[in-house]
Amino acid sequence: MLDAVWIVTALPAASFLVILFFGKRLPKKGAGIGIAAVGASFVLSCITAAQWIDHVNAAEGHSVGLGAFVGKGMLLSGSEHAVVKPVVHSITWWHNGGVSFGVGTYVDGLTVMMMFVVTIISLLVHIYSTGYMRGDHRYTWYFACLSLFTSSMLLLVVADNTLQMLVGWELVGLCSFMLIGFWWEDPANSRAAIKAFLTTRTGDIGLMIGVIILFFAVGSFGIEKTNVYASGPLGQHDILLAASVCLMIAIMGKSGQFPLHTWLPDAMAGPTPVSALIHAATMVVAGVFLGARLYPVFYDGFSIGNGGVNMMALIGGITILIGAVLAFVQQDIKKVLAYSTISQLGYMVMALGVGAWVAAVFHLFTHAFFKALLFLGAGSVSHGGTHHSFDMREMGGLRKSMPITFWTFLIGSLALAGIFPLAGFWSKDEILVNAGANGFDVFLVIGLVGAFLTAAYMTRCVYLTFFGEYRGTHHPHESERSITIPLIVLAGFSILAGLVNAAPLGLEKFAEYVQPTFAFPDLMHVEFDYPKAILSVALATLAIGIAAFYWFRREEFGALEGLTKRNKVAHAGYAFLENKYYLDHLYEDVIVDGIRGPIARASYWVNQHVIDGVVNGAGRGAKTVGQFAYGTVDQRVVDGAVNGLARETGAAGGELRKIQTGQVQRYALLLFAAVGLLSLALFLTNVL
Amino acid sequence: MQLNQFLVLSAFLFGTGIYGVLARRNGVLVLMSVELMLNAVNINLIAFSAFNRNVGGQVFALFVIAIAAAEVGVGLAIVLLIYRNLRSPDLDEVDQLKG
Repeated sequence: MLDAVWIVTALPAASFLVILFFGKRLPKKGAGIGIAAVGASFVLSCITAAQWIDHVNAAEGHSVGLGAFVGKGMLLSGSEHAVVKPVVHSITWWHNGGVSFGVGTYVDGLTVMMMFVVTIISLLVHIYSTGYMRGDHRYTWYFACLSLFTSSMLLLVVADNTLQMLVGWELVGLCSFMLIGFWWEDPANSRAAIKAFLTTRTGDIGLMIGVIILFFAVGSFGIEKTNVYASGPLGQHDILLAASVCLMIAIMGKSGQFPLHTWLPDAMAGPTPVSALIHAATMVVAGVFLGARLYPVFYDGFSIGNGGVNMMALIGGITILIGAVLAFVQQDIKKVLAYSTISQLGYMVMALGVGAWVAAVFHLFTHAFFKALLFLGAGSVSHGGTHHSFDMREMGGLRKSMPITFWTFLIGSLALAGIFPLAGFWSKDEILVNAGANGFDVFLVIGLVGAFLTAAYMTRCVYLTFFGEYRGTHHPHESERSITIPLIVLAGFSILAGLVNAAPLGLEKFAEYVQPTFAFPDLMHVEFDYPKAILSVALATLAIGIAAFYWFRREEFGALEGLTKRNKVAHAGYAFLENKYYLDHLYEDVIVDGIRGPIARASYWVNQHVIDGVVNGAGRGAKTVGQFAYGTVDQRVVDGAVNGLARETGAAGGELRKIQTGQVQRYALLLFAAVGLLSLALFLTNVL
Repeated sequence: MQLNQFLVLSAFLFGTGIYGVLARRNGVLVLMSVELMLNAVNINLIAFSAFNRNVGGQVFALFVIAIAAAEVGVGLAIVLLIYRNLRSPDLDEVDQLKG
């Protein structure tokens, strides 16, 4: 199976084609095919994961003599772990100019983990969608898109070369464009889709340039060769720095990092299950995956091993804070979650930036479950509670009428807030511990502040949705089973997923099986740090306490109520956040108009003075010549000839049309008459 | 028997066919006249074939018969459609392509 993971990618692709061409005629309008294909992919992913674990165990068993790879400044493998090479399987796609372009699969712990996450989230989203999207007039097309989305992400995940990654990356972007603008009849939705597409495209240019730089440096698109180059003595720091900066721009675009995060909240225009898929398993984690896959490039390029501030950690840190703060002023429950995703992606990127590879990937893993849970929960709220509204001002008090949704959402929120012993605690804590141990104290503080803010805004969100009085105008009821079952499954994972890599319990499966040992920087293995863990949980609990205290007893805080309306400073701050730091204005008004304005003015001046002069001069000359040509040549000679010809043709046509009677027998008569005449002529010439 | 006798018969049949094709108004009769013309050709082919002791002419006659069968199929279908659209088999009314 380790050699045949292409099947996992091919299954959803095949289901896309089947649904596209035959979907409407199939039972369940194509949903069944999609679920079956993704389900099969999920089973195969699990088998692959099991085989990978066996593969690693086998290598550990007789490892002596293999671990002799010495990199530039980093010792790979060593006494503890054997070097387990990834299982690469590649075929030639095409040859051109002496370079062969391959397509293939690259299986290691990271691939296996991503395959598991993508297929399980996609499977649950498929099941959920059969309930959520029932009766939609493009139901079949929706499932076709979901299949293609899953397949594209898997293509990206298993890629053995950067070019194939680029293909998967663009396909993922295309699918998210189609799904964000799924209800394109509303212009706002298609605008959001275009915005998402163009913003991520901005980052994609970085990916393209980065891939090209790496190709010329390494001489191959292969990921294995790239990583060997970057971690070996041949790797040139300057080239790797340039490549890392370009790839970082790609990550910023795809993974919603500051300052290219603005598309992510707008992407909420798509159907909610799609938001879950985009935010948990596919689209946005593609960026983090890129960072993790080509980590040696970043490690050397950004000198992560040296400690100190680098671009990756800085971008991640900024994103944590701005995302978390913006989540406070949203009224739309999905937008709260969207900003929360931005913030959590910031954690992952920051973790990569501070040398906490395992922590970043582990957070990606746990975040996938609880963020999918939260999005699907929000979808359930709108499905059963408010009838397709996501405005939290129309919610409230839903915990009684929607108990399953409430409890699962609560579990997801606590996991996100990093409360012990839920999934988010283990992964977030690992990031903080690593940031501290690797000498990135600033980012440790940012992480702690982020944890505090996360807990507080999730408390607000849960309060506004599920507590207090119901403010909507409908009759809320619990959603059907196809919606609640995925919620329960995800809640289970949100509780338990963290235990996969719970350091104090002696469970470190991620460090053991997911972290590459071949051509990989020798990252420090950090022990679990109780004070930091307790501190982060205490901060989160404190935040929940403060937020809950404020929201539950709001009436008693007369002074705080309406503060933003009375106090100028507070109002300015609120407006600043409401307008999302004016970043959208910056992009659309300042940058776009700024570029458009001067260029337009300059081209106007050139137009008026240079081009017009030339054109006018040429025009006057041409006019004189033209008048002569018109008066004598054209009017008399040419026109005479043309008109005469036309007159004659017309007259001839008038005569000839009499022959065309439309009656076939007349034509036959003419035919036979002609034959007779010709025969007569032949007879006369030959015989006589 | 002389060759001329066959040729005269054939010429007579062909002339009848031409007359039918040119003068008849009913589409079915026009088709039958076309068949007459084809059979006139067949008689010619076979007569020459027998006279010159060459089998090729008979083979051609067989081809003509087969093609005539196909042609009648197509022709009758066209006549049927004309009848269906115009409620009459009269070919004089089919003059939509008049210039």
